Amino acid sequence: MHSNDLPIIRALGDSAILVEFGDKIDSLINQQVYRLDAWLKADTLAGVLESLPAYTSLVIQYDPGYLNVSEVLAWLNDKIKSCPKENTSSQRLIEVPVVYGGKSGVDLSAVAAAHQLSDEEVIRIHSQNEYTVAMMGFTPGFAYLSGMDPRLSTPRLSTPRIQIPAGSVGIAGAQTGIYSIESPGGWQLIGRTALTLFNPLKQKPFYFSPGDKVRFIPISPAEAEPDA
Amino acid sequence: MLEVLSPAFVTTIQDSGRRGYQRYGVPLSGPMDWFAHRTANRLVGNLSEAACLELGMSAAQLRLESDTLIAITGAGYRLLVNGKALPMWTALWLHKGAHIEFSKVPGGTWAYLAIAGGFREPQILGSCSAYLRAGIGRQLQPGDMLSVSGTAANKRGLAGRYLPEDVRPAYGTELELMAILGPHIDRFNQSGLESFWNGTYKLTPKADRMGFRLQGVPLTHSKGADIISQGMVSGVVQVPADGQPIVMMPDHPTSGGYTQIAVLATTDLPRLAQCEPGIGQVCFRRVDVEEAQKVYRKTLASLETALLDDQEDWMQL
Repeated sequence: MHSNDLPIIRALGDSAILVEFGDKIDSLINQQVYRLDAWLKADTLAGVLESLPAYTSLVIQYDPGYLNVSEVLAWLNDKIKSCPKENTSSQRLIEVPVVYGGKSGVDLSAVAAAHQLSDEEVIRIHSQNEYTVAMMGFTPGFAYLSGMDPRLSTPRLSTPRIQIPAGSVGIAGAQTGIYSIESPGGWQLIGRTALTLFNPLKQKPFYFSPGDKVRFIPISPAEAEPDA
Repeated sequence: MLEVLSPAFVTTIQDSGRRGYQRYGVPLSGPMDWFAHRTANRLVGNLSEAACLELGMSAAQLRLESDTLIAITGAGYRLLVNGKALPMWTALWLHKGAHIEFSKVPGGTWAYLAIAGGFREPQILGSCSAYLRAGIGRQLQPGDMLSVSGTAANKRGLAGRYLPEDVRPAYGTELELMAILGPHIDRFNQSGLESFWNGTYKLTPKADRMGFRLQGVPLTHSKGADIISQGMVSGVVQVPADGQPIVMMPDHPTSGGYTQIAVLATTDLPRLAQCEPGIGQVCFRRVDVEEAQKVYRKTLASLETALLDDQEDWMQL
């Protein structure tokens, strides 16, 4: 689908609507998702409960005890028609210091070898692009980042690891991302950040928000030590 | 105060769920059986959304530390207070020291205990629902004391009111569940779709607060099982490449990357939640969104109507 076409709108059960802007991972499509998300939040409808932006789609959940599907669709169709066609709000740029390789990124050399690159080249390529938090999910605070240089595209591990430390930076196919809490996972780990990405007790529990811009800053293990 | 003497296999506090953080990857959580949870709260005069004790999969024992009004709902349990059988789905005025025993019987998995005033548990991200996978809330342990908000004295008059059986969900081990066509039906071939609507699916033992894995005739795809990850709701039926459906339950991941063949009607989620893993089997009846919403509103309305036909007499133990 061309990114200027109207999205496909479908019921997702009796309590949600799925709006699909396209069927490929693409930054223009992802921007459409976030424009509509912001537009709906700015002037919402009583009974609409929350929205879930993803790479190419937006899910809008509502209370079916309060709203009929036809009422939600009428509101949504109006909103889609009036939604701005250009990005209005400026996105935050967040810098993420990362220790690449070694114990912090056990798969760095394997990723490098898979692409006939040196470890240093992988670090340089990975840290030169500006990424977008295209969606969040998997675990609380986990950011799926789009915008990786295709030269680093690497399949997942064939057998996922049982325990991956929080802050691990990984690659899965064309995506890169950061494990927000200790969890199992199959991404190729190239580095780690000491940032806390999810702490439900903090006033700001999530380090990232969907739509944020992200840049990785390579640092040495010594710089990552909080006491250094 | 309520003391946990011995918890069930899964024992947590659940309110109606954690709204507003699914975009950050935090599941909604909330009760497995929303109808039983809501009814327990309404019986003791709480808001429908208030925190209840949810316990599941095995027996449990509790002790009351003050005179109060409680209600226990759900399926798969018998209620014994001080060794004496008492009805579930009923508001009960109990005295300090009352020993509450949930004994496990077939026919369901989850029970809810609501207490007048509601449990006073710390809120995390606006909700006291436990989500154990991310360390939010806790699995209750022997000796845990749960405090209660407010006083129950003015609720004593509610004792004895109950929800008649014909208004409760038709729980069971062989269920027909209402379902709505999912967004990816064009990704299945004709025989895959027919298998889903005509087949019977067993509940495997792999069933928890995240999701229920079903097993039956494999649902064959025409264009592959993977999609670009997108948001989900409870009741979504995902079908990965092996063709065996997985139904999303309240702790499900916020997004999913497998084709969605159908979405269960909200009204029937409690029946699936209570259907016993490894024993139960289900089939699906196709309904459209409008019908599912009509049934949902009727379900809510009959609950409220039944509770208005309040019993005047109350029970003292």
